[in-house]
Amino acid sequence: MGCGHRSHFMTIEARNLSFRYGDKPVLREVSFALTSGGFHALLGPNGAGKSTLFGLLTRLLALQQGDVLMAGQSLKKQPAGAMRQIGVVFQQNALDLDLTVRQNLLYHAALHGLSHKEARLRGDRELTRFQLLERANEPVRKLNGGHRRRVEIARALLHEPSLLLLDEPTVGLDVASRRGLNDHVRMLCEADGLTVLWATHLIEEVRPEDRVLILHEGKLLADGAGNDICEAEGTRDLAETFHTLTGAG
Amino acid sequence: MKAAHYWHCFVGIQTREWLRFWQQRTRFASALVRPLLWLVVFAAGFRAVLGISIIPPYQTYITYETYIAPGLCGMIILFNSMQGALSMVYDRELGSMRVLLMSPLPRPFLLVTKLLAMGAVSVGQVYVFLVLALLVDVEPPLWGYLAVLPALILTSLMLGALGLLIATWIKQLENFAGVMNFVIFPMFFMSSALYPLWRMNEASPWLYWICQFNPFTHAVEAIRFSLYLEWNPMAFGLTAGVTIVLALLATAGFRPQRTKILGTNPA
Repeated sequence: MGCGHRSHFMTIEARNLSFRYGDKPVLREVSFALTSGGFHALLGPNGAGKSTLFGLLTRLLALQQGDVLMAGQSLKKQPAGAMRQIGVVFQQNALDLDLTVRQNLLYHAALHGLSHKEARLRGDRELTRFQLLERANEPVRKLNGGHRRRVEIARALLHEPSLLLLDEPTVGLDVASRRGLNDHVRMLCEADGLTVLWATHLIEEVRPEDRVLILHEGKLLADGAGNDICEAEGTRDLAETFHTLTGAG
Repeated sequence: MKAAHYWHCFVGIQTREWLRFWQQRTRFASALVRPLLWLVVFAAGFRAVLGISIIPPYQTYITYETYIAPGLCGMIILFNSMQGALSMVYDRELGSMRVLLMSPLPRPFLLVTKLLAMGAVSVGQVYVFLVLALLVDVEPPLWGYLAVLPALILTSLMLGALGLLIATWIKQLENFAGVMNFVIFPMFFMSSALYPLWRMNEASPWLYWICQFNPFTHAVEAIRFSLYLEWNPMAFGLTAGVTIVLALLATAGFRPQRTKILGTNPA
């Protein structure tokens, strides 16, 4: 799976990120470092600043303060190098519904400078792995929500990034599809040594052994293994920790 | 990044635009109704009112249809570019823009390539229009069809960049009706698309000068002259100059947070 390209050191390091819309601060001095492959949950209620943080990590928002290093490449100084390290799945659908699954993948691959031949090869390989190859020539519109998300993940991995960012990827999916998608990404994590940052406000998508970052009102309130955070807070489980820290359910 | 990466990216963006064009071909065909109405109905009605003298690049008396055909080519590009630019930052194209902006290639390159790809589809429509215009005896020289291509591409990039600039920075114009009233119609009517400017000068000198300052006028003239195999360095030079300035402003000043690309529109 080409995971030989993927580096396992300091995959992502956010340094002192602050961001404000006009006078309104949305992120305050957020710093964290994800050091190796694995599933990381970015947990926060709606409005906590998760999407803003994703905007900064994906360069859709310009950095106001602080910097982000992706596998050692500064987003500020080496944006191209940093962008090559990340694959992104946005909260909102970013597929062309009228185009086929394969056409969507080829478009993304071309944007990363891959030749048509190489793109087709990698696309088919990913689709095979995602059990979607037989649907490659169907318009995305014909796929259900869960499958569309899988196509988006397959697409995000085409250029073999070391880090996969997913911004609330299960929004709009039913419970079974949500669980399926979550399991699927965890499987990728193990198979490829991929570092995953999964933003969510749904506590059931996080396992106690996951590394968890809890974001609330623009501040990082906790950062560590779920179990350790619970222990430190003296709570029974993550749900209770989350509730105690954020006042949310 | 190597030159090959840029090339693959360029081809990929073009391919996608043409695939979408094919998916939505009925919409594009219906977009041709507007200029054809102008050419067939409006021109027939106006022909009687407006006498045309012999003016360059034409070497003989021409019909009004022949006069307005280049302006209508410009109009096709004008409507498409504005609609395309709005869809890039506010609606249909948001998903593809998110994917586009995740590319490691420089943003100005990505945006200009995207504008050129959308422009290429407009240029295709212009050619279909010119073929249909043969039915009302608008018959430029055969080589004119080839000679006009650079002017059409330049115009599409100029208007695409203008659309992107407006869509990014003027929030009040985020819907098409606003753009139509405040950008498309003034640009179209205050240009040489429908009437030669010497006529405008007779009617109102200050309107004449507004028309002269309107870059769309020069784009239409560049199209008109090259379609009739005449070289008009001023029209071409001004169009090229304005295109470069607008493309620089639109790409350097592009801020996704001022659009809906991020998903919300907080700024």
